[in-house]
Amino acid sequence: MNEHTVTCGFLPLIDAAPLIIARELLFAQDEGINLQLIKQPSWSALRDLLALGQIDVAHMLSPMPIAMTLGQSGMPTNVDALMVLSVNGTVIGVSNDLARDMEKTGWSSDFESPAAAATALFASGRKTIRIGIPFPFSMHRMLLEHWLSVHPSFRSKRVEIITVPPPRMAQAVSNGTLDMFCVGEPWGTAAVQQGVASLILPGSSIWQFAPEKVLGATRDWIEQNPTLCNGLMRAIYRATQWLDDPGNKPLAVEILARSQHIDLPHEAIDPAISAQIVPCLGAKPVSPPHFLFFNNNAANFPWRSQAAWISERIAAWCGLDQDEATRRGKACFRSDLYRGNLSALGVDMPGASAKVEGALKNPLAVKSTKGQLILGPDAFFDGAIFDFDAED
Amino acid sequence: MDVALKILVVEPDATRAQDIIDALKEGGWGNVFVVSDVSALAPKLNEVDPDIVLIDLAHPDRDTLEHIGNVSSAQSRPVAMFVDRSDAELTHAAISAGVSAYVVDGLQKNRIKPVLETAIARFKMVERMRHELDAAKQALTDRKTIDRAKGLLMNARGVTEEEAYSLLRKTAMDQGRKVIDVAQALVTAADLLG
Repeated sequence: MNEHTVTCGFLPLIDAAPLIIARELLFAQDEGINLQLIKQPSWSALRDLLALGQIDVAHMLSPMPIAMTLGQSGMPTNVDALMVLSVNGTVIGVSNDLARDMEKTGWSSDFESPAAAATALFASGRKTIRIGIPFPFSMHRMLLEHWLSVHPSFRSKRVEIITVPPPRMAQAVSNGTLDMFCVGEPWGTAAVQQGVASLILPGSSIWQFAPEKVLGATRDWIEQNPTLCNGLMRAIYRATQWLDDPGNKPLAVEILARSQHIDLPHEAIDPAISAQIVPCLGAKPVSPPHFLFFNNNAANFPWRSQAAWISERIAAWCGLDQDEATRRGKACFRSDLYRGNLSALGVDMPGASAKVEGALKNPLAVKSTKGQLILGPDAFFDGAIFDFDAED
Repeated sequence: MDVALKILVVEPDATRAQDIIDALKEGGWGNVFVVSDVSALAPKLNEVDPDIVLIDLAHPDRDTLEHIGNVSSAQSRPVAMFVDRSDAELTHAAISAGVSAYVVDGLQKNRIKPVLETAIARFKMVERMRHELDAAKQALTDRKTIDRAKGLLMNARGVTEEEAYSLLRKTAMDQGRKVIDVAQALVTAADLLG
C-alpha cells in the first residue's frame, strides 16, 4: 500500500495520547498513513499553522474550531472537529495561601464538591481571585465560568481570568501571579509535586462529560482528502479504544513515556492515565469517576449539542448573535462524517446527533444503530440542563 | 517615515531584541519598545498602548498575549494576528522567518506591511546567524569526540592517527552510520568500562 503522509500538530499534554498511540502502535500505518506528529509551542502557533495549511490536522481544544470558524481566534477559517479525542481530564488547583484561607472558613477539600468549594473561595477574603487557564478559547474557561457564575456571591469583578502556558502554571502560582488555575494533566500534578498548590476539584465534578480535545482540520482539507480523513479517523478511533482498555493502561504509560512526543517522565503520565490523582503533597491518591477517558460511552462522537453549548459561550464572550453563532458552530462538529467514516468499523452509533446536555445523572441505554448504546452521565454539578432542540 | 506608529517587540534575548529595534529605527520607526519578561507584558501593553506587537511565531507566550488582546476592552489593544490573504507571499515570508505581528483593529495595511517586511528581514538574518553559530559549536564538539575516539584506538591497537581514522570511517561505512556516531559509541563504551 502507498503510504500518505498526514501532518498533525499537537501540544505535549497527556490527552495527545490517542494521536501518539495511533502512530506508535501502527494503527495509522494499517490505514496507509504515515502520521507525522509536530509539536507546537502554543495553541496560537498550532492554530495559525492549521489555518495556513502548514499542517493537515491538529489536536485542539474543543472550542477552537468553532472560535476560528466564527472568526474570533486568528484569521477566520472554516475548521471542523472530525471527532472528540478525549473527555474530561482537567484539574482545578489553588495556591497554598488560598487553600489555607479557604480552610479557615471551615471548608475541607473532598475533591468532589464544586458548590462548597466555591463558597469557601468567595469567603476567602480576596477581592479578586486570579485564575490561570491555558487559552482564551478553552473548555477550562467554560467550566470555570459555569462553576463560579452560578454561585450567589459571584460578581464578575471578583474573578480575573489570565492565560498562562500550562508548563508555567506552577511557577505563576508560586510567584503570586495566580491564586488558582484550571489546567490539563500533567501540569496540575506537577504543581502539587513542586509543593506550590493543591488540587481541589477535577473538571469532571463540574460537568461529567465535557468534550476536552478534538481532532481539527480545515473544511477545505477535509473536502480535498476524503480517503485520508477516513483512514485517519479509523486509526485514531482504534487508538482510543485501545487506550480505554483497563489492561492496556500500564503499557500506555510506558509507550507515552518512551516516545519523544510529549517528553514527560513516567510519574508525570501515570496519574492521569490511571486516574490516580494526588490532590496535595503526602495525600493518598483519589480516583475521581470519569476523570479522563478516550473512547467509552461514545466519547468520540462529536455531538451537535456539545457544539451548540460551546457556541453559546463564545457568542456571549464576543458579543455575537446567539442563533447565528450556534447554527454555524453546530455544523463544525461533524457527526455526519463520524457516522460515514466509522460505521464500517463496526462502531455503534447513537440514533440522534444531538442530546439534551446535562440530562443524564446516571448511565443510560439509548437506541443505536446496533441496538443499544450506553451513554455516560453528563450532568452539571448544579443540575443545569441545555436542550438546544427545544430552543430551535 | 511613520514615527507615530508605536511598535512593541516581545523578545527575551536582549541581543536579538536590540537587533530588531536597530533595524526598525533605521527604517524610520522611532517609537519602538521592548519587553523581555512575560510577567511585564500586561503592564507594558497598558503603558505603551502599541499599534503593532511583534513576537516570535514560536514564542510560548503568544497565548497570553492573545488573551490580553481578546479580553481587555480598556484601550485599543492589538487584537488580531496580521495576515494578509491578498498578499500570500508576505504571509509565507513571515511564517518562514518566524515573525508574527499583532495589530490594533482598523490599522491600515500599508502602514503594517513595511514594518513586517523589515522585521522579516531581520528575523531571517538573526536566525541564520544563530544556525551558523549552532552548527559551528556542533562541529567543534564532534571534532573533540572524534579526536578522543582516535586516541582510544591508537592506544588500544597501537595504530597511527591516520589508521585510527580510517578504521572509524570504515566501521561507519560498513554499518551505515555516521563517523561521529561510531566515535560517540566508542567514547561512551570506554567511559563505561573505565
